[in-house]
Amino acid sequence: MTDLAISSSGLTKRFRSGQVAVNAIDLAVPTGAVYGFLGPNGSGKTTTIRLLLGLIRPTAGDHSLLGEPMPRGAAQVLPRVGAIVEGPAFHPYLSGLDNLRRLDAADRTVDARTTSARIGAALDRVGLRAAADKRYHHYSLGMRQRLAIAAALLRPRDLLLLDEPTNGLDPQGTREVRALLLELAQAGSTVLLSTHLLSEVEQICTHVGVMHLGRLVAQAPLPELRARTAPRGAVRTPDPDGATRVMTERGLTEVAAVGDLVTGVLNGVVPEALVAALVHGDVPVRGFEVLAGNLEEMFVELTGEGFDVSG
Amino acid sequence: MSAAEVAPGGQQVPARARRPVPARFFRSELWLIFGRRRNWVGGLILISVPVILAIAVRASPHGGGESAPFLDRITGNGLFVALAALVLEMPLFLPIAVAAIAGDSLAGEANLGTLRYLLAVPVDRARLVLVKLGGIVVFTVAATFLVAGVGALLGLALFGGGPLVTLSGSTVPFGEGAGRLLLICGYVALCMVALGAIGLFISSLTEQPIAATTATLIVALASQIMDQIPQLSAIGPYLPTHHWLAFGDLLRDPIGFDGVRPGAASALVYLAVFGTAAWARFAGRDVGA
Repeated sequence: MTDLAISSSGLTKRFRSGQVAVNAIDLAVPTGAVYGFLGPNGSGKTTTIRLLLGLIRPTAGDHSLLGEPMPRGAAQVLPRVGAIVEGPAFHPYLSGLDNLRRLDAADRTVDARTTSARIGAALDRVGLRAAADKRYHHYSLGMRQRLAIAAALLRPRDLLLLDEPTNGLDPQGTREVRALLLELAQAGSTVLLSTHLLSEVEQICTHVGVMHLGRLVAQAPLPELRARTAPRGAVRTPDPDGATRVMTERGLTEVAAVGDLVTGVLNGVVPEALVAALVHGDVPVRGFEVLAGNLEEMFVELTGEGFDVSG
Repeated sequence: MSAAEVAPGGQQVPARARRPVPARFFRSELWLIFGRRRNWVGGLILISVPVILAIAVRASPHGGGESAPFLDRITGNGLFVALAALVLEMPLFLPIAVAAIAGDSLAGEANLGTLRYLLAVPVDRARLVLVKLGGIVVFTVAATFLVAGVGALLGLALFGGGPLVTLSGSTVPFGEGAGRLLLICGYVALCMVALGAIGLFISSLTEQPIAATTATLIVALASQIMDQIPQLSAIGPYLPTHHWLAFGDLLRDPIGFDGVRPGAASALVYLAVFGTAAWARFAGRDVGA
């Protein structure tokens, strides 16, 4: 028995071209988490989701979903998994409704008698009921995205793997989808949300995994990551040893000196009080600065680039 | 937690819902083929041949010169419109129709991206190949019987029925004549299904449906061309199209099966080999699109 909804060890995908799209990643997504799978475009997020669903075979490593080893357990576990992979894809000349019917018909574990009710409920959830009879061809990108979400919600799911579900949605639609994801998580589903939007992660995720060039460079609960980016005090002084001593005494942690610059996590210590303490302790202060922690800086540090840049 | 036994949301999965190839998905596949406007246009093109043929012969029954097979017999019995139409459509029109459907089968879904969503449902890959092959078979049979049916109805309306003069010169009652036409339709459909299996295999190799359709058609045409080259006569009998027009014996008196027996065997072998190849190829493929 495992409490991980998704776990992988050494999961690797090397394409025939030689490109290593996913490089030995060890995912650990706890059951009930909303896991923000964050990374620049081209960092391997979508390839990872394909691997998780068994659409492509790993070059090395293995993984399990909801405790079932994959791909062996695909027939048992995938009905409990809803997914969006690399954007919506439907038959253009069928209506949204007929596309959902086709997907439902393909699922041999559902009761055909409940099809209409389940499809209706899914369409209502994404606000697409009014356009259900239109051909998919005529849908806007936002409507297509909504239909893909509806397809992932055709039945109750224990796990949702969603690849950029808010892509193409207007701000109102984006808010609706985020609210929907929170609602699903509260109802007990585990959600893996692949995105390149940091704000999305900060708003709704409990856990974060950061991908960069095919590697999982960070993975932690969001509060833990936030703690890593807590505000730091930075003192410029000719007496780094004295400053280190005073700062540690005042309750700062992770105090480190580099040349004449000493930094430490403030942990709630008021900056001006710290400066006063330094002066009283006969530590000459040439400069003082509060380095505001922010997730974005940390991610840029981890990935070495902004989030709009293709890796 | 006993999530393995109970479906999400506590729904118990009824055991009888787990049929090997659920009828629902197969019906959905047929709807995909027969609900598509493009395929209806194709059907209209297919029936244009017997229609044009029947009207042309009706308008000038004594066309001079060399005529297509069975054409000169149409005025004697309307059923020959169906036979002449089948003979005229076998080299190109029916193969185009079959290649369009078979080429689209797997590559079309891959191209749209719907393939990844089907596999994530999950649809077992072997099951998907089977459903796609089933769709090709139903379409092929329907296309063959559409051509023959329209030809027979129009022929009977314009030229009447009655006893059928066999190729041996004797006559058989109308009922038996119609029965032989059905046999020929079955044979033609089987030959086309074999081409469809080749198309299904080619479709499993690519994500471009047009490429798969074109390649399938090229196989059919190249096979017919090679069959015309005397120096290649050694491989002739093994070509997929070699036996296509070998159904003449079914119109003799007494009825003969010497031509269609190897033809049917050849078609079944092609069906088995390429159906299996499509599955083998598709089962291990990365679905990257």
